Amino acid sequence: MTATVKQKRRRLGLFRNLSAKIAAIPMIFTTLVVFVGCSIWTITYSFTKSKLLPVKLFTPPVEFQFPISLFNRSEEGFLTWVGFDYQWNGFSKLINTKFLVGFAQYDRLLDATRNARWAESVENILFYGVFSLTFSFTVGFILAALIDQKVRFENAFRSIYLYPFALSFVVTGVVWQWMLSPAGIQDAINQFGAWAHIGFLENLPFKLMASGDTVIFALLLAGLWQGTGFTMVLMLAGMRGIDGEIWKAARVDGIPKWKTYIFVVIPMMRGVFITTLVIAASGIVRLYDLVVVLTAGGPGFASEVPAKYVYDFMFARSNLGQALAASSMMLLTVVIILIPWMYLEYGRKKER
Amino acid sequence: MTKAIVTPRGAKPNRIGPSRIILYSILVVAAVYYLLPLYVMVATSLKDLDQVREGNIFAWPLRAGFDAWIKAWDTACTGLYCEGLKVGFWKSVQITVPSVLVSIAIASINGYALSYWRFRGSEVFFTILIIGSFIPYQVMLYPLVIITRELGIFGTLPGVIFIHSIFGMPILTLLFRNYFAALPVELFKAARVDGAGFWGIFFQIMLPMSIPILVVAIILQVTGIWNDFLFGVIFAGTQNWPMTVQLNNIVNSTQGVKEHNVNMAATILTGLVPLTIYFISGRYFVRGIAAGAVKG
Repeated sequence: MTATVKQKRRRLGLFRNLSAKIAAIPMIFTTLVVFVGCSIWTITYSFTKSKLLPVKLFTPPVEFQFPISLFNRSEEGFLTWVGFDYQWNGFSKLINTKFLVGFAQYDRLLDATRNARWAESVENILFYGVFSLTFSFTVGFILAALIDQKVRFENAFRSIYLYPFALSFVVTGVVWQWMLSPAGIQDAINQFGAWAHIGFLENLPFKLMASGDTVIFALLLAGLWQGTGFTMVLMLAGMRGIDGEIWKAARVDGIPKWKTYIFVVIPMMRGVFITTLVIAASGIVRLYDLVVVLTAGGPGFASEVPAKYVYDFMFARSNLGQALAASSMMLLTVVIILIPWMYLEYGRKKER
Repeated sequence: MTKAIVTPRGAKPNRIGPSRIILYSILVVAAVYYLLPLYVMVATSLKDLDQVREGNIFAWPLRAGFDAWIKAWDTACTGLYCEGLKVGFWKSVQITVPSVLVSIAIASINGYALSYWRFRGSEVFFTILIIGSFIPYQVMLYPLVIITRELGIFGTLPGVIFIHSIFGMPILTLLFRNYFAALPVELFKAARVDGAGFWGIFFQIMLPMSIPILVVAIILQVTGIWNDFLFGVIFAGTQNWPMTVQLNNIVNSTQGVKEHNVNMAATILTGLVPLTIYFISGRYFVRGIAAGAVKG
């Protein structure tokens, strides 16, 4: 008797609020299958030597036998990828080619002597990340503080600083590729030098993308042009959220404005800084489009990044295990960024 | 008598002093830096090829014309095909419009359910959703290829729409959840007393009230999806490549002479949709991109 009542209740519990649960099916699918499931799948398969099909076995269907120019600057064609898609049908073949190899993929990935490309990718993204975060935070904060001084045409200035953020990385990459080519800014400077008879400007080299030592600055120039406005807008929002009384108090005490910014405003904006940092950092880990369009990873491997490594091994080289090991490392990086932040966010809330 | 009122006394509140001049100079210099690439894009695209060859990218176009624009739109070559960007433009439209509609429909219902119809575990799903938005796409790419392949939509328009709906969900759900949570609860309670159900309240009360947030969401999604490159390359299939991918193919194709004026015209054409939206919408755009950072 009581058991049936309980069962009934449980059934009722499951069917209670049914419309909401049905409506939430896409969300449940996304969270469980995509975010959790796919991540687990990737981590699991990173311990295999899954390669999919050997590339040579396959001939592309006739309608795909034309050169596809997407990656014609890299040594691997895009054809392998399209072809694999037509060769491979579902799980069964994948399981056939699956062999557990433990940490072998990771050994191969992290061995800097045998795999210089990954080491270079990590080094690049670290340099890019530290440099671009420092720069965009400093410049973003200064621009926000300047705009905060009740300037005229505030909206115009803000729109100008932010508009590149509305553009895609592809557009950004194409424009900067043209401006940083020898026929771009360099040529303009040299022509100006010749016209004004300034000797050193006539031959001043400005070709960041020609050398492996400077190509990372080309990425930074383009990336910062696109993204600094975003940091500025968030900082400005943070500044506007600060109580006006603070300013009055500082003024009464005779504290200069710049001192108030550094010693009062910045500590008060801690939350904004941390959130901006997390969003910007997880965006940097993903950096891909800009590299493909601006430098294609070159010259050599000088501007390779982890996201591109994953893509190339996954689709161009058909070395899935290696790609998945690399993407698992990317996931690990994000987890390392996220955990302290979540601890701060949610840990503090519980204390309150 | 009236004179005392007309002439103000004391220092003018906004006198142009040296510090103000420095302030404005910095702002103007920064503005010039940000505008320079846009100027180069527009100026180069209006030049003819002879002037482009002369060099000096900052020079004013002498014989300004839209020939390069027409060529970029109509006949520029991507690989073997020389049909211009218009193909990619229409593909981008075909990808963007349904993706925006589907993703907003799903996310608005999610936000509504999470605000008013919480069920056991709903907050857990929401937390995973938000954390999931930080996972690098590369981690989920391959399994999603398998999933879309099994569903039979890999390499098709529905496939890429499916992917955009998934990856737009976290930020949009957050946006709608925060918006609905800020509405007065009495509204919901009154409708419940009157006997309205889940869908009734959503369509008759919540949706009409959420026009501002719908605008924000549409702007966020249109610019985001239009600018996408990675998902378009992988999931749309070669015949459906969006405008961004085509732009890359036009610019980075190695055959023949590089026509920088055509390339720049193609770049502007690709950036025109998000730029127009940005300059028209202003504040709504800012609200959308700041939604993830500023908790409401």
